[in-house]
Amino acid sequence: MADPALRILLVDQNVTRASILEEGLREAGYTNVAVVRDMQNLLRRIVDADPDVIFIDLENPNRDVLEQMFQVSRCVRRPVAMFVDHSDTDMIRAAVESGVGAYVVDGLRKERVKSILDMAVSRFNAFSQLRDELDRAKQELEERKIVERAKGILMKERGLSEDAAYSLLRKAAMNENRRLAEVAQSVVTAARLLK
Amino acid sequence: MKLILGFIPLLDCASLVVAAERGFAAEEDLELALVRETSWANIRDRVVIGHFDAAHMLGPMAVASTLGIGHVKVPVIAPFALGLGGNAITVSLRLWEQMTSEGAAAESDPGTHAAALKRVVATREKARREPLTFAMVYPFSCHNYELRYWLAAAGIDPDREVRLIVIPPPFLVDALRAGQIDGFCVGEPWNSVAVHAGVGTIVTATTAIWPFSPEKILGCRLEWAQRHPKQLASLLRALYRASQWCEEPENRAELATLLAQPRYVGAPADLLRQALEGQLTLTTHSKPTRLENFYIPVRHNATFPWVSHALWFYAQMLRWNQTESRADHLAAVRTTYRPDLYRAALAAINPDIPVGDSKTERFFDGQTFDPTQH
Repeated sequence: MADPALRILLVDQNVTRASILEEGLREAGYTNVAVVRDMQNLLRRIVDADPDVIFIDLENPNRDVLEQMFQVSRCVRRPVAMFVDHSDTDMIRAAVESGVGAYVVDGLRKERVKSILDMAVSRFNAFSQLRDELDRAKQELEERKIVERAKGILMKERGLSEDAAYSLLRKAAMNENRRLAEVAQSVVTAARLLK
Repeated sequence: MKLILGFIPLLDCASLVVAAERGFAAEEDLELALVRETSWANIRDRVVIGHFDAAHMLGPMAVASTLGIGHVKVPVIAPFALGLGGNAITVSLRLWEQMTSEGAAAESDPGTHAAALKRVVATREKARREPLTFAMVYPFSCHNYELRYWLAAAGIDPDREVRLIVIPPPFLVDALRAGQIDGFCVGEPWNSVAVHAGVGTIVTATTAIWPFSPEKILGCRLEWAQRHPKQLASLLRALYRASQWCEEPENRAELATLLAQPRYVGAPADLLRQALEGQLTLTTHSKPTRLENFYIPVRHNATFPWVSHALWFYAQMLRWNQTESRADHLAAVRTTYRPDLYRAALAAINPDIPVGDSKTERFFDGQTFDPTQH
């Protein structure tokens, strides 16, 4: 069961992902979640939040900053170990593969961390999916624009109707076993070169 | 066989890039997939869990991982060194001005520079001003230890009289510009980038502090090396030939252009070329200064994994309280660096392999580190 008293600190400069993760943790019953987006005064923020576990986005180069703070953490009397158990590479693997790093304060029991780590990992994966979908949508939009431009070129150069221009592109794509957008790109590039 | 290798965008990832791009890996029937990483902690984790077969790694990181200091204990070995040198210490223009008024000059030796810095530090302390802040890139790094060695040699306590923090290389120049830090120790091209941006002065190459000092190594899990001895030997040969290629003066322009690509180092080719030639512009608007043996890809046994390097790193971990001394540590440190694997792989193509595993290391202040005493 989620322990609402557990203090969790998220270090993530990506606002969207941080809020997805924060929301997920709250839904799971962890109400004590603090988020750090600004890397300035990170040590101060950690001391203030006094977390049991810290999550950080692995694409964040500031991960090395955090590691050093743990090295010198003796001076702030907050010894921190990474990942729970020194032999549990499966847990590390799951975390690293999803893109989330977990730092666990000494003394926190493994079972308690496991459930929030699982939660964080699934949320991070959900975010990556969301990002992939966004990228795909963006790419589709780009491709549609290219096809429109290629159609325009064919209509102008060959005096074709819009439908005829589109059919011509599709036919070429099928014959050459290439994607419509690739053929359209060739038309646009060729038109530019022949100008 | 396809090998996945991680690297951090720095000058000394050169032999990995060249092995992949100029056919040296292919000659050994290897296909290298290079993955650019953003932090040293990621490099270590991805080697440890097997995402990477091997990686461009900090020498002290392999030792720390083998001993389980600061992280999970997973034996990581260093069978090959990725060149010597390539680091420098850069300070802000304001700190440089204060140092020159305390006796430092552009061509001073590291001892004179450090003595001037000591006087600046003492003046600040007397005026009850905030201590100076220096940045380096990782707690278990040559940069951290070289910077500390240089400061301590002048009587500056690196833990009390200055602040030492970690900042990732791409953020260092901005931090110096913003006044968040007063100086840093990092590998090229980041010192030159700071000078070029008009925000810093290079005070010393770390090879002036510790001549022929090591830097990155090829690191892999011991367990991986035991499972793939042939592939590892092939990789070492590919890297050795790539390092030879990097050393040739006529290849430097091509190498600089190759590394300048955003998927590798992503810094201006002319700055990378200067670093490869050991011709650094030390301060804004000055002419490049020739630094002897600044970055050595292969000469002077630059690819040999000296056990004395590993032992020196361990001595620094003890000196700066990163770990407690333990009876079983020394043997573990010795087996982290693997000259035996190096010899076995390269005996046929490198006629100059050292006979001994260790050598006496010499420092700018006249001190020596004799590994037979450890």
